[in-house]
Amino acid sequence: MLEFDQVSKSYAGGFVALDRVSFKLEKGEMAFLTGHSGAGKSTLLKLISLIERPSVGRVLINDVDLSRIRRPLIPYVRRDIGIIFQNHRLLMNHTVFDNVALPLVIEGFSGKDMVKRVHAALDKVGLLDKVRCLPQTLSGGEQQRVGIARAVVNKPPLLLADEPTGNLDPDLSKDIMRVFEAFNQVGVSVLVATHDLGLVARMKYRTLTLKQGKMINDGLLQYQEDPL
Amino acid sequence: MSILFSGRVSSGATTRKVGVGRRFFMFWVNHVRQALFSLGELWRTPSASILTIGVLGVSLTLPATLHLLVKNVQQVSDSFTQAAEISLFIREGVSDTQISSLHKILQADQDIARVTHISKQQALAEFAQVSGFGSALNYLTDNPLPDVLLILPKNTSADSARQLMARLSKERIVEFGKLDIDWLTRLDAIVSLLRQAVLIIAVLLLGAVLLIIGNTIRLSIMSKKDEIEVMKLVGATDAFIQRPFLYSGIWYGVFGGLLAFLIVETMLWWLQGAIVSVTSLYESEFHLMALSMAEFLSLMLLAILLGLSGSYLSVRRHISAIEPTGP
Ligand SMILES: Nc1ncnc2c1ncn2[C@@H]1O[C@H](COP(=O)(O)OP(=O)(O)OP(=O)(O)O)[C@@H](O)[C@H]1O
Ligand SMILES: [Mg+2]
Repeated sequence: MLEFDQVSKSYAGGFVALDRVSFKLEKGEMAFLTGHSGAGKSTLLKLISLIERPSVGRVLINDVDLSRIRRPLIPYVRRDIGIIFQNHRLLMNHTVFDNVALPLVIEGFSGKDMVKRVHAALDKVGLLDKVRCLPQTLSGGEQQRVGIARAVVNKPPLLLADEPTGNLDPDLSKDIMRVFEAFNQVGVSVLVATHDLGLVARMKYRTLTLKQGKMINDGLLQYQEDPL
Repeated sequence: MSILFSGRVSSGATTRKVGVGRRFFMFWVNHVRQALFSLGELWRTPSASILTIGVLGVSLTLPATLHLLVKNVQQVSDSFTQAAEISLFIREGVSDTQISSLHKILQADQDIARVTHISKQQALAEFAQVSGFGSALNYLTDNPLPDVLLILPKNTSADSARQLMARLSKERIVEFGKLDIDWLTRLDAIVSLLRQAVLIIAVLLLGAVLLIIGNTIRLSIMSKKDEIEVMKLVGATDAFIQRPFLYSGIWYGVFGGLLAFLIVETMLWWLQGAIVSVTSLYESEFHLMALSMAEFLSLMLLAILLGLSGSYLSVRRHISAIEPTGP
């Protein structure tokens, strides 16, 4: 469903963030993306969500080459991809409810239907009691979870997460991973970029490892034998 | 309907079966809701909004006032057009009896309301009095001034007065006739000059207003840059993001227009007292004309259009320029 075909990305100034990366993620598959800080994880996710365009190579979703998507259509592509951002990206002067409801409002939901979905999403991340709070009044981990609820609220078929457990304690991290697993079990493809190698090793999912922009491992991660 | 995932239904309106009527209703409900939301936004950032509304109001006041001025001067010049008086200058050496017989004939004329005879002696005495030459005139051997018949036409419009004058000038003992409407043509010229000046000033001011509104909207876009990025990241189209800013523009227009109207009304009320005391001196029936309903509505329409187009220009440029950066 998601396919990278010899994708390279160099930023202005000639820095090569991704170097001939190829992989495929099937429909309903869940995978981790790991690597050192600066290895290119966020860059890879940006190429999928059309925040950046590849310098060379093709990124395909369901055999549609994303380079063929013209600018006015980008929003519609993003609606199909739930994205959890490394730095939350919440609307700071709107309530948790408004934040989570945003993707629904954009797609024209309103009324009871919308409220029901927002509450369901917040329930999954355990924040139903914070509906009326402003993000500032939440802890870092709670803000992260609001971001997760927002990403999943419109049930996207592809879910991308960038360090979703960066601010969470181990127990909460596990809970969040369970949320992703639950989504994966109903057919959503999930790609999670993370540093948390312990968690990755325990979860036994396919793991893509980047090192200085190159894909050096694709498969189960042997944490003990191959420390990064 | 999704581009990449065939069969994915994700729009709020299509998940439920919604009738056309209800959808139409919801369309308007949504617009009203967003308009009210934008109004709330203005309320939350009062300093910037008040400044913009103030500038818009004052800028609209000037053209509106000038328009009223032109309208009122027009009224004055119209009322004076009704005061055309014809002077018939009598030839040298015509006897008094000939003059008084013409006087009688003209008094019987259908087109003439009143005839007044000013004899050369009367004219000289009057001249001596007003000119201040007084005794100097005693040195004149004979009176250089002609007899004059002042004619007030029944139909006092400029055109028919002119026709009447042409006819009367043909009388044998009449040297020539004179219709004093030159100053009226001059007044007309001044009025049309004024009107053009109003137009130019209005265009310049409205251009400035457009820029000011555009700039206010630009600042508010910049202050919401992060928010806009987030909205783009979760799939909002430019049109969706634009809408609240366009509504702000409309609200600026509404309030600016109302402000201009209030200023103009206050000014009229202020001037009314002064004008009454002046016009009573002239025994004129002049009264100040205020803005009519149609003029008020066009003022509001103009203000709203300015607000909307100012924000549209800004929104088009600046919202598409904001590109979200990374997860
Ligand atoms: N907009 C940019 N312009 C120039 N260089 C960039 C840009 N964004 C990222 N880079 C560079 O690309 C490299 C990869 O960045 P990226 O954000 O993908 O790393 P990452 O794997 O997500 O790291 P982290 O785990 O710290 O988030 C980094 O060295 C970074 O300096
Ligand atoms: Mg990163």
